[in-house]
Amino acid sequence: MSDLNRIDQIVAGYQSTQSPLIYILKDVQKEFGHLSEPVLTRVAEATRIPLSEIYGVATFYSLFTTKPKGQHIVRCCNNAPCWVNGSKDVLEKIKEYLEIETGETTEDGSFTLEFTSCLGLCAVAPVMMVDEQVYGNLTPEKAVAILRDFKTKGSANA
Amino acid sequence: MHRIHVIIAMDPHTIAQGARSIKDALVKNIDLAGLNQDVRVVETGSLGIYNKGVVLVVFPDGIYYTGVKLEDVSEIVSEHLVKGRVVTRLRYSEIPEESRAEEKAPRFGKQVRVVLKNAGMIDPESIEEYIAQDGYEAFGKALTELTPKDVLKIVTDSGMLGRGGAFFPTGMKWGFAAREKSDEKYIICNADEGEPGTFKDRLILEGDPHAVLEGMCLAGYAIGAHMGYVYIRGEYHMSIARVRRAIEQAKKQGLLGKNIFGSGFDFDIQVREGAGAYICGEETALIESIEGKRGEPRDKPPFPPSVGLWGKPTIVNNVETLATVPQILLKGGDWYKSLGTESTPGTKVFTLVGNINNPGLIEVPLGITLREIIYDIGQGIPNGRGFKLAQLGGTTGGILTSEHLDLPLDIINLRSVEAGLGSGAMLVVDDTHNVVELVQNFAEFFNHESCGKCTLCREGTGRLVELLHKLTSGCGSEKDIDLIERLAGHMMKSAFCGLGQAAPVPILGCLRYFRDDFIAMAQQNQQRVPVSA
Repeated sequence: MSDLNRIDQIVAGYQSTQSPLIYILKDVQKEFGHLSEPVLTRVAEATRIPLSEIYGVATFYSLFTTKPKGQHIVRCCNNAPCWVNGSKDVLEKIKEYLEIETGETTEDGSFTLEFTSCLGLCAVAPVMMVDEQVYGNLTPEKAVAILRDFKTKGSANA
Repeated sequence: MHRIHVIIAMDPHTIAQGARSIKDALVKNIDLAGLNQDVRVVETGSLGIYNKGVVLVVFPDGIYYTGVKLEDVSEIVSEHLVKGRVVTRLRYSEIPEESRAEEKAPRFGKQVRVVLKNAGMIDPESIEEYIAQDGYEAFGKALTELTPKDVLKIVTDSGMLGRGGAFFPTGMKWGFAAREKSDEKYIICNADEGEPGTFKDRLILEGDPHAVLEGMCLAGYAIGAHMGYVYIRGEYHMSIARVRRAIEQAKKQGLLGKNIFGSGFDFDIQVREGAGAYICGEETALIESIEGKRGEPRDKPPFPPSVGLWGKPTIVNNVETLATVPQILLKGGDWYKSLGTESTPGTKVFTLVGNINNPGLIEVPLGITLREIIYDIGQGIPNGRGFKLAQLGGTTGGILTSEHLDLPLDIINLRSVEAGLGSGAMLVVDDTHNVVELVQNFAEFFNHESCGKCTLCREGTGRLVELLHKLTSGCGSEKDIDLIERLAGHMMKSAFCGLGQAAPVPILGCLRYFRDDFIAMAQQNQQRVPVSA
């Protein structure tokens, strides 16, 4: 856990930026992993923006999280273009393999499973994103093989 | 001087298929062959060929290779680059030789490339290559020969309609902001692309970022703004990086900054990243998000051209709109009008997705038919299955069926069948899919993306999911179908913003054309489950 004083430094770095709250929260989340109550309280103090407003922003956007997440974040797309290409089966298989539902984290803390809205990779649908890497043309078997690679090596080849 | 250029498409589609490691292997093999003085490997945006694996082009030969695997790299280097012999087994033959023609827009079959003329042809990380393709010439012409009023008039006379989905006349929108008196005005490029099935803006940003910046400069000049923001989806890492780099290059060349080319005009551009919210594509929600707040839509009027970002007059334009502007300035409004139809001039970039053999990004003149797009450009539906429906314009888009296959696509014709061009996404659905389940998928999407500000959308999308789930899980009845229809009708009339108003469009569209499928499912449910009060 980083030192809360880091937050003051991050906020100070955006002094010349107009309305920088979203940037500040992104940097703070990168540093602390998630936006906990003590962290957001410190952001409120440093920016002089009411905590309620900051909490509203932190819970509005899907890239922010107020709860701790797994080591790897698996984001599955189930929007219509992926759905007509079989994303439902992929998602079911991933849930079965990780033994969690969407929105949950595995017991060992290695994976969090989430939905993502369309990533614009529909020409290779169905797709998922693991951390910042995207994987396309998935089948249930291929998706599980990718996650298995992450489990053993911490990364995977497309 | 490099004798040969190998162009490799580097976009998330090809990266997802292993393009990065292929590029590394290419560079290594070229080095090993001692060709690093002769051959240059260039990354570019999408080449317009999808789902065919990693794609390479070798110039000056103009040979396209698709489905390139790691083990093929040494063969391409030793055969083609060293000996000049084409590796025929990997050659992609559907691209005509003329595709790099200088004078006319390159044609891929029925496509006409205006916005995408540079995408996949130039190195998007090189401002020199953009300038070599008439880049920044329109901006230079505007600063030296035209008044802001002239620029506004050319854009207005071209009849251009905004490509974000609403097709509002671009010149008219600019005119509203130009008339406002204010110490500061803003140009915002809406690159918060999130409509399912849409990725045109990302590929424009990644393939030709300077065209977007130049469009913003021209818009700024026309309305008297000095600051522009590109609001890019937080998930679009590559777009963000390429646009940032393009801005730096433009600053270095003196194309952005103070007193550009001694004209007295100042203009600067910054990138703003989103943080994951579909609603932020709505222009007032986007403005709220740039202001660091929850991205909830504002009450209108006042509209952004009068009161926008930080309370100042603001123009929000889509990526495709802005990328088209420089060419209208260079070639004139009449040229632009000669493309497309009377009601909808110009070309339109579509993304063709779903159950289709050749998915991807296409640019075609408006007036083309669904049949031409699906069966000619898209090469039909896989595995000989039949066509059930197409949804045009993303998940909020209207539904088209086989009776509309020969309808020339423009806004007037589409309006007559309660559809629109929207974001340009074209989702093709084959006849193996159950429409009720598809509609449930649409409803789940809206429920997930509703921002929660107004009751009709927040609660209505949730109730729609419940009612549809009831039908698909075996306990809904025909009464539920009527309820879905009534609720959707209310949302359309009373929701606060475009999201809640458009969410019912595909649901009502499917009910209009496939009501029998809903009824059949309800009747099946009634037979399975004993009726309770």
